Amino acid sequence: MASYPTRYSALALLRKGATRSDWPRAWRHHDLRSSYDVVIVGGGLHGLATAYYLARNHDITSVAVLEKAYIGGGGSGRNTAIVRSNYLTPEGSAFYDRSVRLYEGLTEDLNFNIMFEQRGHMTLAHSDASLRTMRWRAEVNKLGGIDSEVIDPAGVKELAPAIDVSDRPRYPILGALWHPPGGIVRHDAVVWGYARGADVAGAHIHQVTEVTGIDVADGRVTGVQTSRGAVAAPVVINCTAGWSTLIADMAGVKLPITTRPLQAAVTVPVQPFLVPVIVSGTLHVYVSQTARGELVFGASVDPFSSYSSRGSLGFTEGLAGHVLELMPGISKMRLLRQWAGLCDMTPDFGPIIGPTPVAGFYVDVGWGTYGFKAGPVAGEQVAAMVANGTVPRLIASFGLERFEQGRLTAEKGAAAVGH
Amino acid sequence: MLVIVCPHCGPRNSNEFTFLGERSTRPAVAATTPAEWRHYLYFKNNAAGEEDERWFHVSGCRRFLDVERDTLTNEIRSVRDVGEAAR
Ligand SMILES: Cc1cc2nc3c(=O)[nH]c(=O)nc-3n(C[C@H](O)[C@H](O)[C@H](O)COP(=O)(O)OP(=O)(O)OC[C@H]3O[C@@H](n4cnc5c(N)ncnc54)[C@H](O)[C@@H]3O)c2cc1C
Ligand SMILES: [Zn+2]
Repeated sequence: MASYPTRYSALALLRKGATRSDWPRAWRHHDLRSSYDVVIVGGGLHGLATAYYLARNHDITSVAVLEKAYIGGGGSGRNTAIVRSNYLTPEGSAFYDRSVRLYEGLTEDLNFNIMFEQRGHMTLAHSDASLRTMRWRAEVNKLGGIDSEVIDPAGVKELAPAIDVSDRPRYPILGALWHPPGGIVRHDAVVWGYARGADVAGAHIHQVTEVTGIDVADGRVTGVQTSRGAVAAPVVINCTAGWSTLIADMAGVKLPITTRPLQAAVTVPVQPFLVPVIVSGTLHVYVSQTARGELVFGASVDPFSSYSSRGSLGFTEGLAGHVLELMPGISKMRLLRQWAGLCDMTPDFGPIIGPTPVAGFYVDVGWGTYGFKAGPVAGEQVAAMVANGTVPRLIASFGLERFEQGRLTAEKGAAAVGH
Repeated sequence: MLVIVCPHCGPRNSNEFTFLGERSTRPAVAATTPAEWRHYLYFKNNAAGEEDERWFHVSGCRRFLDVERDTLTNEIRSVRDVGEAAR
């Protein structure tokens, strides 16, 4: 049996190759204990990152991550991996800026190559109205120290020659919001890296363990019921994205969330020709080219709520038409796959992070179509909130109470399509 | 694509319709508190299973429809014109 954990390095690779010995599992299997200090429901990026930071930053290691299927099987394994911080509100952009900075150091921190490529993120403007919002976003971003600027069509052409910037009456490209630190990441690696990190630090990851009930006594959470038995815990954190209202209902907590499928598609791989991530909010489409050469396409959420993650031909047709509007040159490319994931949509396109009316029951949900990029910062802040018992300033405006108090955030303009 | 059998137009692709969301009861507008009103606006059941919802046949008869749908399978159980439902 190989020693655990093995640090990943070129030397380790060489040694394993030479001796032909097995790599140990990246995270271990444990028996389910009857109690933990913290139970996290949902083994996506948010649950795993929270477990990691609870252990690493706060020495809280009696932690169980309960996942009904396999880790990263939800949105965290289905997203299009766009990372950026050029949001519209000061609180939004400060929050996502922290996440970009955590991503920048994550490969080192987790000893796992997450392949964060800061290729730049470009949002195209097809109308005077969107140019105006982009100018606004750029100014908000600059005040927060975030690299973000408006560029003209010549600038678009220079950064992405495949884009058709010719003058035309329908969907002309008038300019773009250019955000150099944005980019794409290897999403599975982020999930696996956090899982391994959390496991090494002492947290237990339990796959195929479905939470079926939440125990509440005198307004306080006392534990959960699972498909493998009861688990007592004074703290339960709901990190179940598209399924989050079902979990909250078990504790008698209502969330302002509806579940919508979001679809994506990928082409066969081709030679590299597209460096930045390209988004068009008006055309409801975005595209990036992965390190493997595939073009990854995404759009806005499906037009009706659902828990079914079946793809539709209507989506593919719309997508192809819109992509060709931007890049007529790729009309002969073939789609390889399409898929869907469930998104937990809030009325204001902002997340819901914080305590609930049930003491000890926290939520980290409402991640909609944009929550992958937020995984590191949300995990860090939720861990701090649970450890210290107070809500950190960086997430103070994302509490559940804002919906009853009428203090909604205003991120729709920067979050609806450009996840 | 999801096919909705409109009582007026017959089976049609769902992209002819606009989904208006889950049906819920509007509180009495003159008597409601701001908190109640916001609850009505923002908080839905989001059921995984049977849902009563409203659709609008925008590219067809332009009638409002009450639809019962299973949100786990997208199977549609019934479609009725709102006028007919109220009767
Ligand atoms: C097609 C697509 C493209 C996207 N593109 C982007 C993007 O480019 N950039 C970006 O930032 N975001 C993007 N997103 C959004 C992002 O994927 C999500 O916001 C994010 O992954 C949410 O992570 P999570 O850990 O909160 O939830 P998830 O990864 O969904 O994990 C929730 C987990 O909870 C588990 N669970 C549910 N019920 C139970 C239960 N009863 N008991 C135990 N476990 C349970 C599920 O099995 C699941 O694994 C995209 C999403 C999709 C679908
Ligand atoms: Zn009709």
